[in-house]
Amino acid sequence: MTSQVSSPADQQPSPGSPAKEVRRLERVIIRFAGDSGDGMQLTGDRFTSETATFGNDLSTLPNFPAEIRAPAGTLPGVSSFQLHFADHDILTPGDAPDVLVAMNPAALKANIGDLPRGAEVIVNTDEFTKRAMAKVGYGASPLEDGSLDAYRVHPVPLTTLTIEALKDSGLARRDAERAKNMFALGLLSWMYHRPTEGTESFLRKKFARKPQVAEANVAAFRAGWNFGETTEDFAVSYEVAPASAAFPPGTYRNISGNLALSYGLIAASQQADLPLYLGSYPITPASDILHELSRHKNFGVRTFQAEDEIAGIGAALGAAFGGALAVTTTSGPGVALKSETIGLAVSLELPLLIVDIQRGGPSTGLPTKTEQADLLQAMYGRNGEAPVPIVAPATPGDCFTAALDAARIALTYRTPVFLLSDGYLANGSEPWRIPEPDELPDLRVRFASGPNHTTEAGTEVFWPYKRDPQTLARPWAVPGTPGLEHRIGGIEKQDGTGNISYDPANHDFMVRTRQAKVDGIEVPDALVDDPTGDARVLVLGWGSTYGPITAAVRRLRAAGEKVAQTHLRHINPFPGNLGEVLKRYDKVVVPEMNLGQLATLLRARYLVDAQSFTQVTGLPFKAEQLATVLKEAIDG
Amino acid sequence: MAETTTQAPAFEALSLVPKADGKQTMKDFKSDQEVRWCPGCGDYAVLAAVQGFMPELGLAKENVVFVSGIGCSSRFPYYMNTYGMHSIHGRAPAIATGLASSRPDLSVWVVTGDGDALSIGGNHLIHALRRNVNLKILLFNNRIYGLTKGQYSPTSEVGKITKSTPMGSLDAPFNPVSLAIGAEASFVARTVDSDRKHLTSVLRAAAAHPGTALVEIYQNCNIFNDGAFEALKDKEQAQEAVIRLEHGQPIRFGAPFGAERGGDGLGSKGVVRDQATGDLKVVDVTAEGTDGVLVHDAHAASPTTAFALSRLADADTLHRTPIGVLRDVRRPVYDTLMAEQLEKAVVQNGKGDLGALLAGSDTWTVVG
Repeated sequence: MTSQVSSPADQQPSPGSPAKEVRRLERVIIRFAGDSGDGMQLTGDRFTSETATFGNDLSTLPNFPAEIRAPAGTLPGVSSFQLHFADHDILTPGDAPDVLVAMNPAALKANIGDLPRGAEVIVNTDEFTKRAMAKVGYGASPLEDGSLDAYRVHPVPLTTLTIEALKDSGLARRDAERAKNMFALGLLSWMYHRPTEGTESFLRKKFARKPQVAEANVAAFRAGWNFGETTEDFAVSYEVAPASAAFPPGTYRNISGNLALSYGLIAASQQADLPLYLGSYPITPASDILHELSRHKNFGVRTFQAEDEIAGIGAALGAAFGGALAVTTTSGPGVALKSETIGLAVSLELPLLIVDIQRGGPSTGLPTKTEQADLLQAMYGRNGEAPVPIVAPATPGDCFTAALDAARIALTYRTPVFLLSDGYLANGSEPWRIPEPDELPDLRVRFASGPNHTTEAGTEVFWPYKRDPQTLARPWAVPGTPGLEHRIGGIEKQDGTGNISYDPANHDFMVRTRQAKVDGIEVPDALVDDPTGDARVLVLGWGSTYGPITAAVRRLRAAGEKVAQTHLRHINPFPGNLGEVLKRYDKVVVPEMNLGQLATLLRARYLVDAQSFTQVTGLPFKAEQLATVLKEAIDG
Repeated sequence: MAETTTQAPAFEALSLVPKADGKQTMKDFKSDQEVRWCPGCGDYAVLAAVQGFMPELGLAKENVVFVSGIGCSSRFPYYMNTYGMHSIHGRAPAIATGLASSRPDLSVWVVTGDGDALSIGGNHLIHALRRNVNLKILLFNNRIYGLTKGQYSPTSEVGKITKSTPMGSLDAPFNPVSLAIGAEASFVARTVDSDRKHLTSVLRAAAAHPGTALVEIYQNCNIFNDGAFEALKDKEQAQEAVIRLEHGQPIRFGAPFGAERGGDGLGSKGVVRDQATGDLKVVDVTAEGTDGVLVHDAHAASPTTAFALSRLADADTLHRTPIGVLRDVRRPVYDTLMAEQLEKAVVQNGKGDLGALLAGSDTWTVVG
């Protein structure tokens, strides 16, 4: 479906009942919360799609437990989806919800603390039974004891209304009840004037094999919409105009980080004219990439679900030896298992992408929550001197570009490359301008095809470790090329010939050469955003903190403060101008979702007094929180 | 071996691998690297057998790849003038799986040892076997860790005295053939380093097999476990110790049952099925006759008899060890299936169109 967005005036969302007031808002933050079995992620996804189609800027934060079906009605079982949408350019899923949809007492209890006074709360009163309330420690009903007086509460018997709406659907009561999330979605869609066609066609497609269920969900969705329009409890509906000014011209879609990353890998394979080979083992939150790439075999994509993490990267490395664009996808615990093979790839000097969708650690940690604590593991987590370039995307859509960039480095320099995304980018989504294929970089490589060295005796030979003087990359000679038969391995190799060598001076030379190759990788200079040019505080981030840091910087600047911002795409090697940039400012603040890993690298490398600001809650930073920290740095 | 004139059999498994232009010799497969195994190591014999056998396949040698893990045997690729990778401990089957499944035009061989394949790499070995990737795995079993200087291995006999087990090892050993059959292997064979002819015949059968072939090669480590397979090599003992399996032939061994005793000249012992238990047992055919002796069927669909044969060997003495091809059955090959899915996806959805993929189905346009 394509819709045109030119100016807000062109958009005439179908109004609510004429009798009802319509208010204009610049932005709204909605959080859907319920049991993990209530379909909150689906509800959020649909509301997001409607919002994207409508043309708002948006940012999302899904937040769910690691258990597939945690015990019903409990606090650990609460799953939520937060969506921030606006008529202007926004950067984060928002600090505090304006609206909470709570499908049960647990969802209310788990989320109410995040709401500012005056926020709207829509609760499913049917689930507020004594027993359900007692399960989460409500002695008295929060709907009646006055504890919600600070909020605008809309009590709605969502379950009853859904069942009533579906009484002629032929579905059993239990099955009908499951459509209550669509009732809620319909209600919210009415409240915010969302287009509905997309959701209806989505439901019919999703349940194509069960037309009865499809129609029931559509009916529940419409009933929710109509309920909003007719009931007196909802006196006001809201318009949030499309964010037409926020976007450069182009065609847009909504995209999550893992989807963008998958597309980036396919695009890299097409641009390199090399078959894509993914060796992977299922792990949260990276599995979506395995799923997505498995759907695109018609692009020549081979996906191999291995017996373990080690075999996943092993198969990828084998495919790289054979001339494929090879990738392995994982999260932190998987990286730990792959370390030895990454070291082998460093030694073999073959192109290989290691995609780490970081999650909370150590050990199993928080599988479904976000963190940036694998940076030092990616940087140093191998035996011996084993440098690996690191590329980090900043936003969900940026995962596409970052994947192409990681592939460029791997292919040009014949090296494994880390692509460090995280759970927040992976599952979060935002509008993304769809690039034209001819905008994408040319990644074609040249395989070795003949001898590259003349011996003293005058014989033409092939030396697998004779390097390109510019990039220090060694030739990529793939099996099947006559005359270039050669053997490589993890034992130290003689410079040039690649034969086994235990010579002390050769080892020293090879270690330094591998380091020099990575140090010499071409990366663009760090851009500094310092509009007035005289800020004294620099905030420096990497990866998914881009959104909240930038939002915080905007707030400060709107309040007349001066702060400069730089965000790192490349962490190994650092941009060539980084040292100079850091020295330009009196203070450097480094917010990270770890205990200061980038700050440690910066201090070691540049002897700069980088101030760490860290959080490891499994959730992204809030803009307000960062604005406060930066204000203190400016004032202090 | 000099130039081979043998007509290569129809190696269906290698039908996608380009053929050599001219006649090849053993020399073509020798690399310029000095072989650095201990003098007297069984690995030399295996290397010579493989280099001597390769010309029979008639493959373009640039399309042959040897992948190994870590251990003495894993130095093997350095000595083959083909493409090769000496990887890390235990991971060769995984690496080779990626190579073979992405490049059907290659003949991929894995060289591994008992520690490499069965201890640190056990997981990869069994999964390669169950997938039936087009790999030929040569498992050099010397029942000891050689490169780390003499610790017991997962195939060492119970009670083995080594540096790490001064009072004797406690673990029961793996029988690699039994393990492979249990892991759904479609081809399993066993041979001995010193029997060049037998070794070559097994390599030939393995090369011809579409899918994963596991060849266990009993290999003598003359430094840390010398004589481990003496029972199978010593002429006198071997008669009682070795059960030579040949497809379609009755399973007989032991001293010949000669005509002077009314026999047929084959071994005086035979393997029969125990009617009471269904298991296999060894009987003296001079007393019981030859009627019930099992005829070896390597192509039997059920792995039951092959497994039972593998269990005849005594783990300590190696008496009654079957050698030869225990199992050789056809089953879909992983890499072929993978390639077919790619073709099918193109038929079903058309060749991938990047622009269409990126655009998806829900878009909106912002005009300037």
